[in-house]
Amino acid sequence: MKTIEDLQKIREEMQSKISLRKDDGDSIRVVVGMATCGIAAGARPVLEALVDEVGRRQLKNVIVTQTGCIGVCRLEPIVEVFEKDKEKVTYVKMDPEMARTLVSEHLVNGRVVQAWTIGASE
Amino acid sequence: MSTVKVKVNGMQIECPSDATVLEAARQAGFRIPTLCYLKGINEIGACRMCLTEVKGAKGLVAACVYPVAEGMEINTNSQKAYDARKRTLELILSNHRMECLTCVRNQSCELQALAEEYGMEEVRFGTPKEMQPDIEQSTPHLIRDNSKCILCRRCVAVCKNLQHAAVIGPNDRGFSTHIGSAFDRDLGEVACINCGQCINVCPTGALTEVDSTYKVWEALADPKKHVVVGTAPAVRATLGEEFGDPIGTNVQGKMVAALHRLGFDGVFDVDVTADLTILEEGTEFIHRLQNGGTLPLITSCSPGWIRFCEQYYPEFIPNISSCKSPQQMFGAMMKSYYADKLGLNPEDVFVVTVMPCTAKKFEIRRDDQSAVNGLWDMDETITTRELARMIRKTGMDWSALPEEDFDPDFGEFSGAAVIFGASGGVMEAALRTVVEILTGEELAKLDFVDVRGMEGIKEASYDVAGTLVKVAVASGMENAAKLLDKIKAGEAEYHFVEIMGCPGGCINGGGQPIQPGNVRNFVDIQTLRAGALYSEDALMKMRKSHEVPLIKKIYSDYLGEPGSHRAHELLHTSYKASPKYPGLEADKKKN
Amino acid sequence: MNFVRSHVLVCGGTGCTASKSPEIIAEFNTQLKNCGLDSEVRVVQTGCFGLCALGPIVVVYPEGTYYAQIKVEDVKTIVEEHLLKGRIVQDLLFKEADAHGVEQSLNNTDFYLKQHRIALRNCGVINPEEIDEAIAFDAYKALGTCLTEKTPQEVIEIITESGLRGRGGAGFPTGIKWKFAAASPGPVKYVCCNADEGDPGAFMDRSVLEGDPHAVLEAMAIAGYAIGASQGYIYIRAEYPLAVKRLEIAIAQAKEYGVIGKNILGTGFDFDLEIRLGAGAFVCGEETALMTSIEGHRGEPRPRPPFPAVKGLFQKPTILNNVETYANIAWIINHGPAAFNCMGTEKSKGTKVFALGGKIKNTGLVEIPMGTTLREVVEDIGGGCPDGKKFKAAQTGGPSGGCIPASLIDTPLDYESMAAIGSIIGSGGLIVMDEDNCIVDIAKFFLQFTMDESCGKCSPCRIGTKRMYEILDKITQGKGTLEDLDILEELALHVKENSLCGLGQTAPNPVLSTLRYFRDEYEAHVVDKKCPAGVCKGLVEYKILSDKCIGCTACARVCPVDAISGKVKEVHSIDPSLCIKCGSCIAACKFGAIIVE
Repeated sequence: MKTIEDLQKIREEMQSKISLRKDDGDSIRVVVGMATCGIAAGARPVLEALVDEVGRRQLKNVIVTQTGCIGVCRLEPIVEVFEKDKEKVTYVKMDPEMARTLVSEHLVNGRVVQAWTIGASE
Repeated sequence: MSTVKVKVNGMQIECPSDATVLEAARQAGFRIPTLCYLKGINEIGACRMCLTEVKGAKGLVAACVYPVAEGMEINTNSQKAYDARKRTLELILSNHRMECLTCVRNQSCELQALAEEYGMEEVRFGTPKEMQPDIEQSTPHLIRDNSKCILCRRCVAVCKNLQHAAVIGPNDRGFSTHIGSAFDRDLGEVACINCGQCINVCPTGALTEVDSTYKVWEALADPKKHVVVGTAPAVRATLGEEFGDPIGTNVQGKMVAALHRLGFDGVFDVDVTADLTILEEGTEFIHRLQNGGTLPLITSCSPGWIRFCEQYYPEFIPNISSCKSPQQMFGAMMKSYYADKLGLNPEDVFVVTVMPCTAKKFEIRRDDQSAVNGLWDMDETITTRELARMIRKTGMDWSALPEEDFDPDFGEFSGAAVIFGASGGVMEAALRTVVEILTGEELAKLDFVDVRGMEGIKEASYDVAGTLVKVAVASGMENAAKLLDKIKAGEAEYHFVEIMGCPGGCINGGGQPIQPGNVRNFVDIQTLRAGALYSEDALMKMRKSHEVPLIKKIYSDYLGEPGSHRAHELLHTSYKASPKYPGLEADKKKN
Repeated sequence: MNFVRSHVLVCGGTGCTASKSPEIIAEFNTQLKNCGLDSEVRVVQTGCFGLCALGPIVVVYPEGTYYAQIKVEDVKTIVEEHLLKGRIVQDLLFKEADAHGVEQSLNNTDFYLKQHRIALRNCGVINPEEIDEAIAFDAYKALGTCLTEKTPQEVIEIITESGLRGRGGAGFPTGIKWKFAAASPGPVKYVCCNADEGDPGAFMDRSVLEGDPHAVLEAMAIAGYAIGASQGYIYIRAEYPLAVKRLEIAIAQAKEYGVIGKNILGTGFDFDLEIRLGAGAFVCGEETALMTSIEGHRGEPRPRPPFPAVKGLFQKPTILNNVETYANIAWIINHGPAAFNCMGTEKSKGTKVFALGGKIKNTGLVEIPMGTTLREVVEDIGGGCPDGKKFKAAQTGGPSGGCIPASLIDTPLDYESMAAIGSIIGSGGLIVMDEDNCIVDIAKFFLQFTMDESCGKCSPCRIGTKRMYEILDKITQGKGTLEDLDILEELALHVKENSLCGLGQTAPNPVLSTLRYFRDEYEAHVVDKKCPAGVCKGLVEYKILSDKCIGCTACARVCPVDAISGKVKEVHSIDPSLCIKCGSCIAACKFGAIIVE
C-alpha cells in the first residue's frame, strides 16, 4: 500500500533511469566518440565513468551519448559537451578519472577544464 | 399525487406528474398511435410510431416513454410528426408479408388499422407481397410466422416480465433480427408453458393459435359421431367482444344459442365439472388438513400453471391436487356417465370444449388423460377466438340470437362454478363448500371478497371451526414464482393456494378475444370481464357447488362419494417433473 | 554500478506487434548479449509512437534516433553499428531525420512538428507493463493531489474550466456531465469507460490502452472521487486482446500499489475497477447499450430520459467517458486547466487524437490542437496523397460522420466547424480519399457497416438503413434513377431524425454528406451510368486498347473466367458479359494496353 510520499520517492528514483528518454533541447549533451579508434583508445571506460557519475549525482539535465568518428583520431578518447547558446567544448585524451572530474567541474559547477580541451593540446 | 399543467394541441390540462406524453394526450382526448407500447410490460420506445412534437425538445419524442413536465407544450398532430409516423409505417410494411385478405387477423390487426388510418397506398420498398411465410409450429398451441412479425417485442416482454419464462427473445441483429428461442431451437424444445399470453399481445398475425376448428367441423359433419360441447366459465364473459359487444358483457344465452345452431348434439357447461372439482378437491383438502397431508394444497385446473410447475418448480408437485382440470373431468364424464346415460358407445362420443385457454390444447394429450376404454378424455378443444370464427363462418347474425339454456343432461351448475374464470374464483368456490363442511353450519356470507380482485398475489385467512385457515391466490407466473419462493424460504405458510397461469385468471387467457394495445393500455379489461362472472354469480339461486342437484345425482347414481375409487379412476391424475430443455437432453444422448 | 547508458524503445502497439516487434525485441536482447552490451543498454517495449505507416518503430535514446520499418534482420546491424560503435545506421532511419540523424530532434520532423501529445504523452515513452515507469512520468500524482488537496466540486470545476469535451464523438462537456452525476443522489454510483472503439479505422483508444493504461485508471479514480462513486467498469471490445492484457496487468499492479482499491493512498477513498469484454457489437459503444450489456442483457440502447447521470448502469447515476477523454484528465489536473484551454478554438479546447488512414503517406496516430485545419493534417503532417494522386475528400467520424471535400480543405477541425459543414469530429478516425475513390462506393461501404451493426430494436434504423443500402447498391450497379436519389435523401433524413439512438441517428451522415458535396458524382452513376473513379464494377468496362495491344496473351492466360479472347500477336478483346473486373489482366499487362472506363 503506497502513500503519496511513496509515489514521490518512486518518481524520483526512476528519474535517473528514464531521463535518457527525455528529449528536450535544454539538456546538456555529453557525446563520447565511440568509433573504432575511440574504442581502441579506451573510450568505453570513459563512457561508463561518465554515465555512472552523472547517475550518481542525479543530474537531470545531462544526456550522455555516443557518436562515431569525430575526426581527430590521434586525440581519442574524445568527449564533446554541447550546451544551448554556448560554444561546443571538445575534451581530448580522456580517461575515466578525468571523466568524473569533468562531470563535477564542468557539468555541475559550470567551469570548463581548459587544460584538457583540444585548444590546450595544440 | 402531484400534478403538472401541460398543453395538448393548445388545450390546457392537468395530469399526474409521472405521466407520459402518451397518457397526457389520451387524457386530453387524443390518441397517439402505438405499436410496441404495453403499459407496465413493454415500455421501450422501439417502434417509433408514437413520435410526437414537444416544443423545445431536440427532435420528435417517443410519447410512450417521454415524461411530462410542468408547462410542456405537446402537439400530437403536427405535419412533422405525421410524416415521421407515415414513413415509419411504410418501412414496417415493407418488411411485413402482406397477406391481409386471408390472414387470421384481417380486420383485427393493429398494423392494418394504422395503415388504413395513415392512408398507406404505396409501399415503395421491399417486396411485401412476394415474401415467403416463415412458419414455426412445434407446440400444440402456437403457430409463429416471423414474416409478419414487426419486432414490437410485446411477446418477449410478457413472456419474461409477466410469465417468468423468458423462452422467446430477439436473435441475430439489425435487419436479420427475428424472434425465436435459445440457439434458434424450436419452441417445443424449450420451457414454454403454452399459456398463449404472447398471442394475446401480438399486434399482427405473427402469432396465432393452432386451429382445431376444422376437426370440429369434420366431427359435426360425421353422422356417426355424437358431438358434445362444453363451455368454460370465462368464455361467456368475452365471446361478445368478438362481435362488438362492450367488454364485460355476459353472453351466456347467445353463446348457447350459437352452439345449438352450429349443430352440436349436446351443449353443456364445463361449469358442471367445475362444481365436481370443488367436491373432489374440497374433499382432498379436508383430508390433507385433518390427516397431516402435504400442505399447502395447490389447485390444478390451469394447465399453464401445471406446465410451469413441472418445469420450473417440480419440488411442488406433491402439493398439487390430484384432481384433473374441469375440462378433463368433463371429457371423462361425457364418455362415461353421459354415454352410459344415453346408451351411447363412448367411441362415438366426440367431446369438444370451448376454452379461453391455449394450454388446454397441450393438456388434452397429456399422459393419464384417457379414463375410459383407453380413449382420450377430450377429443378437441377450441379457443374463444376459434368459436367466434366458426360462428362467423356460418353467417349467423349475432345480434339476432336469442337467449337459450344449456341442455339439462349436463347443464346445471352453481355460481361458485361460474366464478372459476376469475383469479380467486376457484378459491372462493372451494371455501364456500369447505367452510360449510368443516363448520357444519350454513355460511352467512358467501362473498369471500378478500380473494377477489386483480392484484397479482392475494392473501387471506379465515377462522374455520377453530382452525385459522390461511389461503393465497396468485395469477401470472411471475407472481406464482414470488409466492412459491416465499413458501420455499419459509417466509409464509398457507393451507390452500390457488394458482392460475394467466394474469387475472382465465378471463385473460391466451385464447380470449384479442384487445389491441390502445385498449389494453387504458382500459382494465380484466376487471370488466371478471365483473360479468361475479355479477352472474350474485344473481344465481344456487351459489354453492355442493347444493347443486345434478352434482348430488352424479354422486348418488354414479360416482358414489367424493374421493371414491370410481371418482379417482375418472377424475384424478398425476404429474411429473419435466425437463426444461428436452432438446438438450436429446443432444447429450446423441453425443 | 548502474550505468545503463542507452534505452532502445521498441513499439509494442498492435500494429507493430503484428509486424514482429516482439521478435525484434528478443533479437535485440540476443545481439546485445553477444556484444556484451546487455547491462548498458536497456530494451523497452512501449506503446504506439503514432507513425504507424512506418512500423515497426525503434527509437534509440539518448540520441532520439528514429528507426523505421525495422525487420528482425536489421537488429544485428543496429546493435553493432549504432550501439557498439556509435554510428547511426542511415539506411534504416525514418527518412525525415537530417544528415546527422543525431541532432535532429524527433519533434522537428514534419510528422511530429504540429502535434502536441497530451493524451498520447506517454505512448512510445514508457513501458506500459511497468507501473514504476508510469509513475516516473507522473502517474497517480494527480490522483494524490485531488484526494488530499481538492474537494470533489473543485475537481469538477477544474475539468469544466479546461473545456474538455467528450472525445468519443458526442463532444459533451465533460465537466458538466460529471456535475450532473455528482448532483444525483447516491450512495451507489458508477464510473464507466467506453473502450469499445468500434469505428472502422479508429485505433486511438487502443493505442492509449496499449501504451499508457495507467492514465485511464487514474482518471477513472479521479472521476469516482468527483462524482461520489466507488466502482468503475472498463467496457473494452474483445477484439483488442493486447489492450486487455495490458489493462489487466496495469490494474493488478495498481491494486498492488494501493492506488486502486480500498483506502487509496491512505486517504480513505475506495475505488475498484473491473474489466468487461464486448462481444463484437458496434452498437455496444452507444452509452445506454453499453450499460445494458454490462448488466448482462442484449446490448440494445434505451430511450432517454432518464439520462445515465440520473439513472444509468443498474439504474444508478453513472458517467460514461471515452478512453481518450480520460487520458487527458490527469494531465489537466497536473498542469492546470489553462494549459489545456489555451489550445484549440473558442468552443473546442485542447487537443484531439486522429487516426489517419486511407490514401495518405503518413498513416498513423496524430494528436493536434483543435482548430488545426484539414489541410495541415493532410499535407503537412500526413505528407499528402501517395503516388501524386489528387486529394478528393476526407471522411471524419467514420460511419457516423460526413466527408469534407477538397474545396473545404481549409476547414478547421473542431466541433463547431465540422457540424457546420455536415460532418462530425467523431472519435477521430480520418480517412483520406483520392481521385481513385468513388464517393458513392464509400458511402455504400459505411452504410453497409451501420446496417450490419444496427441492433434491430427500432424500426427506422433496422429497416431504413437496409432500404437505403438497397438503393445505393442499385445505383452502384447502374440501375439507379434520379428519383432514387430523392428517395434516398428522404429516407436518410427520416432515419436520422427518428431513430432511437446515435447509431441510427448518424448512420445516414455519410450518405447525406456525399449527396451534398458530390451530387454530380451520384448523377453520373444514375444518369450517365458511369463511375467516374472507375470503381463501381457494375458501371465500368475493362477494355483493351487496340493501339497498344501486341497480342502477347499474358492477360488471357491470367483471366480467371476466360473472358479474354484473341490469337497470338493479334489484338485481344474482353467480353464484357463475362468480365468480373477483378483486375488480374491489368496487373499482367506490361504494355498498359488495358484500361478501365
